Amino acid sequence: MSQFESAANKRRPRGEGHSPGLIALEIITMLLFLLFMVPFLLVLLNSAKTAKEIIFSPVSWPTNWGQLWQNVVTIFNNPSTDYLGAFVDSVIITVISLAVIALFSAMCAWALVRNRKRWSTVIFMVFVAAMVIPFQVVMFPLVRWFKIMGDTIGFPLLGTYHGIVFAYLGFGCSMSIFILHGFIKSIPMELEEAATIDGCSQVRTFFEIVIPLLQPTFITVLILNGIWIWNDYLLPLLILGSAGEVQTIPLAVTAFAGSYLKQWDLILTSALLAMIPIIVLFLFAQRYIIKGMVEGAIK
Amino acid sequence: MKRRGWIDALFIFPCAFAFVMVIIVPFALGIYYSMTDWNGVNPIVNWVGLDNFRGMFSEPQFIYSFLITLMYTAINVVLVNIVGFSLALLVTSRLRLRNIYRAGFFVPNLIGGIVLGYIWQFIFNNVLVDMGQVLGIEFLQKSLISRQDTVIWAMSLVNTWQYAGYIMMIYVASIQGIPGSIMEAASVDGAGFFSRVRRILIPMMASAFTITLFLTLTNSFKQFDLNFTLTNGGPAMRFMSKPIRSSQLLAMDIYRTANQQNLMAQAQAKAVVFFIILVIFSLTQVYLNKRKELEA
Repeated sequence: MSQFESAANKRRPRGEGHSPGLIALEIITMLLFLLFMVPFLLVLLNSAKTAKEIIFSPVSWPTNWGQLWQNVVTIFNNPSTDYLGAFVDSVIITVISLAVIALFSAMCAWALVRNRKRWSTVIFMVFVAAMVIPFQVVMFPLVRWFKIMGDTIGFPLLGTYHGIVFAYLGFGCSMSIFILHGFIKSIPMELEEAATIDGCSQVRTFFEIVIPLLQPTFITVLILNGIWIWNDYLLPLLILGSAGEVQTIPLAVTAFAGSYLKQWDLILTSALLAMIPIIVLFLFAQRYIIKGMVEGAIK
Repeated sequence: MKRRGWIDALFIFPCAFAFVMVIIVPFALGIYYSMTDWNGVNPIVNWVGLDNFRGMFSEPQFIYSFLITLMYTAINVVLVNIVGFSLALLVTSRLRLRNIYRAGFFVPNLIGGIVLGYIWQFIFNNVLVDMGQVLGIEFLQKSLISRQDTVIWAMSLVNTWQYAGYIMMIYVASIQGIPGSIMEAASVDGAGFFSRVRRILIPMMASAFTITLFLTLTNSFKQFDLNFTLTNGGPAMRFMSKPIRSSQLLAMDIYRTANQQNLMAQAQAKAVVFFIILVIFSLTQVYLNKRKELEA
């Protein structure tokens, strides 16, 4: 834990005992914390109300928590938006994209690090430089290009799982390669050389020596990409379409909110359903998630 | 170690291929399309030079979007970093529940902007209006996102709530890297809390500021999801004697130019301008911050 404790000194004169100031600070922080949690509480409270009750008072405590289940059932039985299907699709797309990004980025980063040539530096620099390209510049031509490619190879990319996974690999690999590149550089060459001397092939060296060493870095890569992909809206909208067969949670939530305008009971329940998986994951993997996101930013 | 070139090529290929197909080709196409009459459907496009670029700078909506995006970015950079830094100071002190606070401040960051937009739309339009009526606060009785003078601030508030916890964690990591003995020594020498923060902590955290300012700058400038579901660009107002949408940030303006007005080439030209401005801003910011890092 940090040795730094200046903030604790904020409200007490130097040299005095530390209780009164610290207690005041604890209360202030606690209030701030509660304030930060209010939006979540409001979602939960109003997900357990009928539309009428919400209009009557959006801040009251719900009279009947059973209404929450009622709202969930209404959403799942809703004919226009297949909410469960969108959830399954979101899981499929996120998991496969993450696997593909992690594996291929590690392979690429390793090959680039271990070839200390001019060409490998150039390739690496191109990957890194492309990180400044905002999605807005490539999104419309991307759809056009995917259409052309799909028509050419007779294998549609728009509206399909493989199409969007391919797109996520393209968008996600730059940063992933960058992070993995930094870590692989710190792995001593001797380790791999020893494996080679023992008769290990290049491919086996990678899978049996390098991959296990990469595990902490993989966590960073998976978390950074996972949160982005799970919450992403524009790319699925453009690649999958708002009424396509494959849908994701953010697409379903907007479709839902669009067709049930101002029906806050259902919109908030759908928001609650969209948040639950991430919050549960966070409760279990909090340390890794925070570490992953901070390390990803610092590198 | 003897390496086989073809295996390395095979290892590099999947990423390189996806990268070229998803970023490089569309990027090149995008720059080309911005100088044509591309309409998204017709495969035959004609070269029009810089016509698309000339048009946008006399279009009231684009000018206004540009200005409010700058304003929104400036507000966010200041607000998110001040709140994030203050929270970081709080949660690195000896508070009993500091780990719970950290997690709590961080959580909003994990929820996507789309979902958050709806939640806050409900808060602004229903909860706060209701509270304004019950408590007799006139300021809240008309929704803050339905007034052109408050809508950008309302969006910044949500963005700060969402993003400050993430920025806080970066500051926390940086603060934890500073040896406690330095702060103690300063304390013994009679430096008060604020002078310790200003003279020791902030200079020692220079590299963290480079990151946080970069993140808040680029993220605010590229804001789309939250804008889309919180305000959808509204409310309407008049600017340069034309009706425009008062909270339509640049990313959304690009999107709507293509999707609602079907002006693909014009939207693409706006996107190219958007890209150039973003690069200039972020390079300038990183350059200035790096210089500060060297001074510190």
